[in-house]
Amino acid sequence: MSSYLEASARERIRMLLDAGSFSEYLPPAARFTSPHLGQLDAPVAFDDGVVIGAGSLQGRKVMAAAQEGGFMGGAVGEVHVAKLVGLLKRAVAERVDAVVLLLETGGVRLHEANAGLIAVSEVMRALLDVREAGIPVLVLVGGANGCFGGMGIVARCANAVIMSEEGRLAMSGPEVIETAGGVEEFDSRDRALVWRTTGGKHRYLLGDCDAVVPDDIAAFRAAAADAIERLARQAPALTLQELEAEQRMLEQRLSAFGGRSEPMQIWADLGIAQPEQVPMLDARAFTDLADRHRTGAQT
Amino acid sequence: MNWQELASQLFPGGHDIQEQDHFLSGTARVGEQTVAVIGTTDHTPIGIEIALAQAQAVLAVVREHPRRSIVILVDTQGQRLRHRDEMLGINSYMAHLGKCIDLARRRGHRVIGLVYDQALSGGFITSGLMADACYALPQATIRVMGLPAMARITKVPEERLVELAKDNPVFAPGARNYLAMGGVEAIWDGDLAAQLEQALTQATPQDRRAELGAERGGRKWSQQVVQAVLAESHARAA
Repeated sequence: MSSYLEASARERIRMLLDAGSFSEYLPPAARFTSPHLGQLDAPVAFDDGVVIGAGSLQGRKVMAAAQEGGFMGGAVGEVHVAKLVGLLKRAVAERVDAVVLLLETGGVRLHEANAGLIAVSEVMRALLDVREAGIPVLVLVGGANGCFGGMGIVARCANAVIMSEEGRLAMSGPEVIETAGGVEEFDSRDRALVWRTTGGKHRYLLGDCDAVVPDDIAAFRAAAADAIERLARQAPALTLQELEAEQRMLEQRLSAFGGRSEPMQIWADLGIAQPEQVPMLDARAFTDLADRHRTGAQT
Repeated sequence: MNWQELASQLFPGGHDIQEQDHFLSGTARVGEQTVAVIGTTDHTPIGIEIALAQAQAVLAVVREHPRRSIVILVDTQGQRLRHRDEMLGINSYMAHLGKCIDLARRRGHRVIGLVYDQALSGGFITSGLMADACYALPQATIRVMGLPAMARITKVPEERLVELAKDNPVFAPGARNYLAMGGVEAIWDGDLAAQLEQALTQATPQDRRAELGAERGGRKWSQQVVQAVLAESHARAA
């Protein structure tokens, strides 16, 4: 077993894909660094914190990207995001079987915030172009920094999201909310509350995530292969019908749980008899329980 | 500018836009055509309710009025910063709104965004920035974070940030910086109605923002990096 959480972006992508199949575009030797960080005396990385390239996953041709949480928490800047946009466009040009995005990011890099913000919307549009071309997009979340900010939105533009229970998916980070609204609004040091609110299990129960796996790269690989197999039988492009279903799902979620303030209350509402036990369950036991109660449908 | 004043300048041919809990929706006349209008006002934070309301309005236009153009009026202080919104998956609500706008474009609706007051971060990514083209009024504020807060977090003195911001539009707030980077197509001054009509005529579904950013010199790298990824033929083993 090899921990996804502890692995670097390159280790994750190499072990996720078929052995020896990954080849990287614009690798560190090509020196695509941020032109903006140096100006503000911040360190740069030769890959600007993201690994992109092509490979295969159980024989299917895929394009894949992995954000490196060890560099500025995976925060996105101009070059970093442009690499993602380029990869998505190349996926369309080469008509690959799927795109797999290993996201780990705190959001937009403040040193180049404007570029990051615009570019995140470029990623959204490029990702939806990939889906429109008939190619499914998967997002994997299991790094220590979670998937936050604009990339948390990007994740939910994909066909499927796979998370470990350690993975976190949200928009504004707990620290940001605590700074804005005080510790009564969100106590960012209450790690258990942070996980209940943003972690893989809660996202799975709500229907924002398609699979919860153990913190093991092989488990992510198996779940990604399953998802590609499943999505190969569906049309990945957005449709009015799907978005109308998503609208109803999100309205129902709001009306059912909008008055709740604690995730465990939502789990109890879903019919889970002992919600306080949920954080203790391993991925398999959790999935067995959750599948009898979870809500929502993935668009 | 308040939204009523804005609407009367944008739509001299008349409109029936209504405001409900800071959410704007209705229709308006632009030249010979009827357009759908959605938006927000009073710098309202975008929480899950108002994201859903906007998405619902976009879906209704797609369903009931094929090819009708959509104008998005942007005024928001950003995504709502609440534990409850995060617990319910605000990123999914935002993504849903973005996907609805994207679907509208793919089905032949022209979509124009206009920042008439404030635009910040998450509230902007899935509204104005998902349009075919986004415009701004000269007094509009567009930002991720102000320079004082940025100075605290990056530990770069504020005076230095102010100095650097003169030549580099990449981090400082302001509609002109977003114009230089291609995120804003143009800044409107004078006859707003005429400029909107022209924008609707010119709108194209291709995302040309990286190209514009390179042409205008405000975002020199994006387009170049995208092209480099597309062109790289000798991918190396990692």
